[in-house]
Amino acid sequence: MSSATYRDIVAGNAGYFVRSNPTLCFGGVILLLVIASAVFAEALVGVDPLEINPLNRMKPPSAEHWFGTDMFGRDILSRTLHGGRISLLVGLVVSACATASGLTLGLLAGYNRIADALVMRVMDGLMSIPAILLAIALTAVTNASTGTVIFAITVVELPRVVRLVRSVVLSVREQAYVEAAVIAGTRPLKIVVKHILPNTIAPLTVQATYICAAAILIESLLSFLGAGTPPEIPSWGNIMAESRIYFQLAPWMILIPGVFLAVTVLAVNLMGDGLRDLLDPRLSGTR
Amino acid sequence: MVEYILRRLLATIPVLAVVAIVVFSILHLTPGDPAAMIAGDQGTEEQIQQIRQKLGFDRPIHEQFYVWLVNVSQGNLGVSIFSNKPVTELLAQRIEPTIALTVTTTIVTVFLALPLGVLAAWHAGSLIDRSVMSFAVLGFAFPVFVIGYILIYVFALKLSILPVQGYVSISEGFWPFLQHLILPSFALGMSFTALIARITRASVLEVLSQDHIRTAKAKGVPTAPLLCSHALKNAAVPIVTIIGVGIALLLSGVVVTESVFAIPGVGRLVVDAILSRDYPVIQGVLIVFALVYVLINLVIDVSYVFLDPRIRY
Repeated sequence: MSSATYRDIVAGNAGYFVRSNPTLCFGGVILLLVIASAVFAEALVGVDPLEINPLNRMKPPSAEHWFGTDMFGRDILSRTLHGGRISLLVGLVVSACATASGLTLGLLAGYNRIADALVMRVMDGLMSIPAILLAIALTAVTNASTGTVIFAITVVELPRVVRLVRSVVLSVREQAYVEAAVIAGTRPLKIVVKHILPNTIAPLTVQATYICAAAILIESLLSFLGAGTPPEIPSWGNIMAESRIYFQLAPWMILIPGVFLAVTVLAVNLMGDGLRDLLDPRLSGTR
Repeated sequence: MVEYILRRLLATIPVLAVVAIVVFSILHLTPGDPAAMIAGDQGTEEQIQQIRQKLGFDRPIHEQFYVWLVNVSQGNLGVSIFSNKPVTELLAQRIEPTIALTVTTTIVTVFLALPLGVLAAWHAGSLIDRSVMSFAVLGFAFPVFVIGYILIYVFALKLSILPVQGYVSISEGFWPFLQHLILPSFALGMSFTALIARITRASVLEVLSQDHIRTAKAKGVPTAPLLCSHALKNAAVPIVTIIGVGIALLLSGVVVTESVFAIPGVGRLVVDAILSRDYPVIQGVLIVFALVYVLINLVIDVSYVFLDPRIRY
């Protein structure tokens, strides 16, 4: 089966690109819709997410409130769309931070034996602590804020990126062209940046999408356990966390943000699968 | 073989040392005075000083670490700040529900994921394959607590066939014990099942394309033995590796699942400890979790010898 290349996009052969990468495009379209709904939340639903209406408490979905109201009579749809901003922000920023720092540490570990021993032992240690516990431990000891949550999830996701980059570096540095560059007297920094770094871009892009999805999920778990985003900020995790005690009376309060979150994570994961098939056809079908 | 296991056991020491350093630094080097937090808003300066002395916070940081490390290496995990009980005792009280949940979840997962994965690989490209893979992608997308609440809503509240929450010890009867674990196991097992079904499909699919499968088919081996003893057995190494990776996922999920289903296990113990900053409990439980993780992965590595005779240590 043939697959589109970058050239097809450049050439404007969009139809062919969509047909040969359906997973990537499907995931991309859903994600764009979710991002748009979060960005244009005010325009889409005219209701303030913080507006309290005691007469309208825990009303099931209706024409006026499409997805019902919560225990303070606040509109769930409006809260969910606004909550998407925090969750998406956490996902994207964690993904960027973990990839950038993981890339640096991975290149260092792959190219320097002393750094390798040190960095990899620390990563082994981080990996053997259950992710959620490490993240709550990190958020609980510092003051709760979105920044702390992002930092904690980044630390949790870091080891996988470092391992990935290091494995690429280790295999690439044995290649003949890298040896040739070393013999030619190219400076180590230039070898890393010009000859090794480009090989890590494809697997790293795929990994970055999976990290984004994982970060959105972990944020919701942290908020659910009471150690995540501060309760006054309506992230998806927080909306679900405060709805849990009313679950038997008003299940939609937890289901609506839950479904939004699942659809987003699904879309990002689909994009990851699609990117993997596009960038590294050898890996398709495994993960 | 024995030499290999011993060498691996020795290699766990640096990993655990790193965990010890990481856990200790998270708790002791972050800003904020733990003694003041434990004393609460009404705590006087004198009380804070007392707490500090009792916990040894007034001593230099490296001395605190040394004392703690010596104690831990002797199996003494310290005493809880709040309940005043030894951490090992608290762990012993809470360990049964957590082990029970982990074991039932693993059983549910393996018995669901392996057939699903093999079936998808056998009918690759068909509707069955696509539904299994869609389930596998969906299983990753829902947070474990949302799955938990959906299961509670359907099976406990609407159909009333299973209990909503809680835990019954196995000593109080096997059926009630099992009944309380069914929903948590399925909730927790969802993403784990998705992961293993995916890997099973991929590795069985690879084996199915090999020559010995074609030969077996040609000599008339029936489908069931062909898939189970020829294909699945040869695909076992990557599957078992992922089960090992999944255990880490499971230990994380246990914490949340115990919270949803009100199961008094180690996960609840450590979340409560973290939220109330009960340092000895947090440090102790995290070290124990890391040890369990490292040991499970050792067992997995050793099991390769039995799954693939070509592998020798």
